[in-house]
Amino acid sequence: MEDLKPHGFWYSPFTMRVVWTLKLKGLSYENIEEDRFNKSPQLLEYNPVHKKTPVLVHGGKPICESMIIVQYIDELWPQNSLVPHDSYERAQARFWVAYSEQMVPALPALIQSNSAEEKEKAVQKAWENFKVLEDHCLADKRKFFGGDKINIVDIAIGSFFVFFVTIEDLKQVKILVAEKFPLLHLWFDNFKNAPVIKENFPDREKMLATMKPFLERRLASS
Amino acid sequence: MGSEDVKVLCFWASPFSIRVEWALKLKGVDYEYIEQDVFNKSTLLLELNPIHKKVPVLVHASKPILESFVILEYIDETWKQHPLLPQDPYQRAHDRFWANFAENKLLYASFIAMVATGDDTEKALNVARDSVEKIEQEIKGKKFFGGDNIGYLDIALGWISYWIPVYEEVGSMQILDPLRFPAINAWMTNFLNHPVIKDRLPPRDDMVAYFHTRKKIVSPTYHDLMKYL
Repeated sequence: MEDLKPHGFWYSPFTMRVVWTLKLKGLSYENIEEDRFNKSPQLLEYNPVHKKTPVLVHGGKPICESMIIVQYIDELWPQNSLVPHDSYERAQARFWVAYSEQMVPALPALIQSNSAEEKEKAVQKAWENFKVLEDHCLADKRKFFGGDKINIVDIAIGSFFVFFVTIEDLKQVKILVAEKFPLLHLWFDNFKNAPVIKENFPDREKMLATMKPFLERRLASS
Repeated sequence: MGSEDVKVLCFWASPFSIRVEWALKLKGVDYEYIEQDVFNKSTLLLELNPIHKKVPVLVHASKPILESFVILEYIDETWKQHPLLPQDPYQRAHDRFWANFAENKLLYASFIAMVATGDDTEKALNVARDSVEKIEQEIKGKKFFGGDNIGYLDIALGWISYWIPVYEEVGSMQILDPLRFPAINAWMTNFLNHPVIKDRLPPRDDMVAYFHTRKKIVSPTYHDLMKYL
């Protein structure tokens, strides 16, 4: 029995990455749900530098940063490998994981957009990244970024797309437009229906209910 | 080691491309250095890195690898002599974390401090110094981040030892106070005196002149960079 305790917010894309990875590896763990507005003293002790989730505590030792955690898990439990075997392909996968960082500003930009103009601007910005993925990453019509099976790129990017489709509902705006990004649309369909991911996909109603107060809170403070 | 088809697209004053050279030199891997004018990008660069259009690019047996940290890991996995990353996954996670930390916090903050004015300079300096404070704790009691020998984290953070003093001079400011940060200063001396590193540093005068020019050019629009703090 491994002593694995991921600390996170279930609705956060960054925490999702860790949970999906643990599930894909068939590992049991004790989930520690943190309160974003009232972080536990343990969390602050485990991640004193950033004071953020997710943090994976393994045998009492903390590992921070979602994709660093994902790679840590993958290296310690090599079954169902999440990185390509070939070192060049692996470098490509790591490149795309690094690229996914470029999509992070889109998250708060979309959450904070209210007027039609702000929404349009935020969506256009996200679409710049979508176009890169569509044109460069999925051009060979692969099922997943990892080819036939899910890899670290699917995990990194899939977590953001859960967020994007939630925002579509919350903000009444189309983001993952199938006509504009057919390959990306297909990829996300494949991803959400993949074994393990499907069973651990955040419930749509629950996501909406949880994210709504963030919008209200944001509006209240502006 | 037989001759491999290894090329590196670099810019002489880039703290990113030099990492790749340090790693290859430590491993004794021969490579062809291809200087890029990052202000007038070559067709070769645009072809090999169409998404970011940036250096460094490592080309190994005609295949391009991008992003300096990704390149470092590729180099370490391909050429096994003088291992850079630790074997232990926990230590690897530790090194990756601190490489990212210095990149996201200290690199931007120190550059911004150099080009900003007034209160914004102070703001950037505080972020920079706080970051150095944290890194100081990681190097205390060690010769290198890698222990007795230079490792991945030394290479990832090596720019601190040479680029920050230049930024300090150009920006007339201090970040790496030796009284406040003795361990990091000792590490800088060890790092810069390592025979491989010593042999591969851009000329200081040229660096100072170059960053003076950069400061002049970037200063009017430095506000665009404040979001990176």
